Amino acid sequence: MSAHSPDEVKKEIKVYIGIFVALMVLTVLTVAASYLDVAIAIGIVIALLIATVKGGLVALFFMHLKSEKVLIYLSLFIMLIFFLALMILPAAMQANTFQHNAD
Amino acid sequence: MSVEIPYITKPRPDTGLTNGKLGVWLFLASEVMLFGAFFSSYAYLRAGNTWDDFAFGRPGIEIAADAHADEHADEHAEHATDDHHGDAHGEATAHGGHEGLSTPLQPSIPMATFNTIVLIASSVTVVLAWASLLLKNFGRFRLYWGITIAFAFVFLVVKYFEYCGKFAHGFYPKTSPLLGLYFLMTFLHVIHVIGGIIVNGYLLGPGSKMWKTDPERFTQRIEVAGLYWHFVDLVWIFLFPILYLLSG
Repeated sequence: MSAHSPDEVKKEIKVYIGIFVALMVLTVLTVAASYLDVAIAIGIVIALLIATVKGGLVALFFMHLKSEKVLIYLSLFIMLIFFLALMILPAAMQANTFQHNAD
Repeated sequence: MSVEIPYITKPRPDTGLTNGKLGVWLFLASEVMLFGAFFSSYAYLRAGNTWDDFAFGRPGIEIAADAHADEHADEHAEHATDDHHGDAHGEATAHGGHEGLSTPLQPSIPMATFNTIVLIASSVTVVLAWASLLLKNFGRFRLYWGITIAFAFVFLVVKYFEYCGKFAHGFYPKTSPLLGLYFLMTFLHVIHVIGGIIVNGYLLGPGSKMWKTDPERFTQRIEVAGLYWHFVDLVWIFLFPILYLLSG
C-alpha cells in the first residue's frame, strides 16, 4: 500500500464494509445452493465457484492483493503452478484408473 | 550496542517491500501447499465415492439410508476396483442428504455456517483495526483487535461442540478415511486459529507497548498479523462448502 492519507483510509473503510456485506450474501448463497436439486458434479462446481469469488474478495481487498508489488505476484504465481499440479494429481490418477479398467 | 535490521518499516528500494510483508507472503504460499495437499487427498478420496461408501459397514456408524445398505454392499463387492460406481448413488445420497442424517457432517451445517459468518466478521475487524492505526486511533484499534480475538474464541467453542457431537455419534478419525481427513483438515485449521489467537493476543497485550515507541513498526506488525488472519479465513471459506455442504 502506498501512503495513507486519512481521507483515503476512510474511503477504504467503506470498501471493507461493502466487501463484508458481499461476503455475507455469498455465504447465504453457498448454503442455499447446496439445497438445489442438482447433480453432485454441478453442486461441486457451483460451491467452488462461489468459494473462489469469496476467497478472491478476501485476497484482493482485505489482503490488498489488488495493489501489491510484483515480487509478491511472482511468488504467488509460482505457488499457483505447484498448487494446480497438486489439484490435477487426483484427477490424473482417476483418469489412469479408468484407462487401466478400460484395458 | 544494537544492530539495526534494515527494511523493517521502510521498503527495500528494489522490491518495494518490507521484510515482514515479503516474509509473511512466502509463509502463506507454503501454507497453501500444506492445505493443498489435504484438499488434493480429499478430492482423490471423494472422486467416485460418497460418505456412505466409507461409512457403511464400520462399527459404530449409523446410516439413515439403511434400506440401501444391501445394495451398497453388493456394489462394493462387484466394483471393488471400479471407481465410477459412485456417480449413480452419489446423486441419490446428495438429494436425500438434507432430509435426514445420512452423512456424519450434514448435522454440522448450521454450526459450520455460523462459524463461517464469525470468521468473515473477524476478518473485517482485523482490517478495520489496521485502518484505525493508520488514522492514529489506538483506542479504536484495541476495540477491533479485541473483537477479532473474541470471534476466534467463539469459533473454537463452536468447533468444540461440533467435535463433541461427532464423538457422541461414534465418529472418530479412525472411523473412515474421509472422517480421518475431515478431522485432520479441520483440526489443522483449528491449530491455525489458536496460533492466531496467541500472536494477536500478544499484539493486544504486551506487544502493543510498541505503539508508543515505534508506531510505524507496530502498524507493520498488525498488517502482517492481519494477512495471516485473512488466510485463516480464506482456508475456511474453502473448507466450509467442500467438507460440509458437499458431504452428501
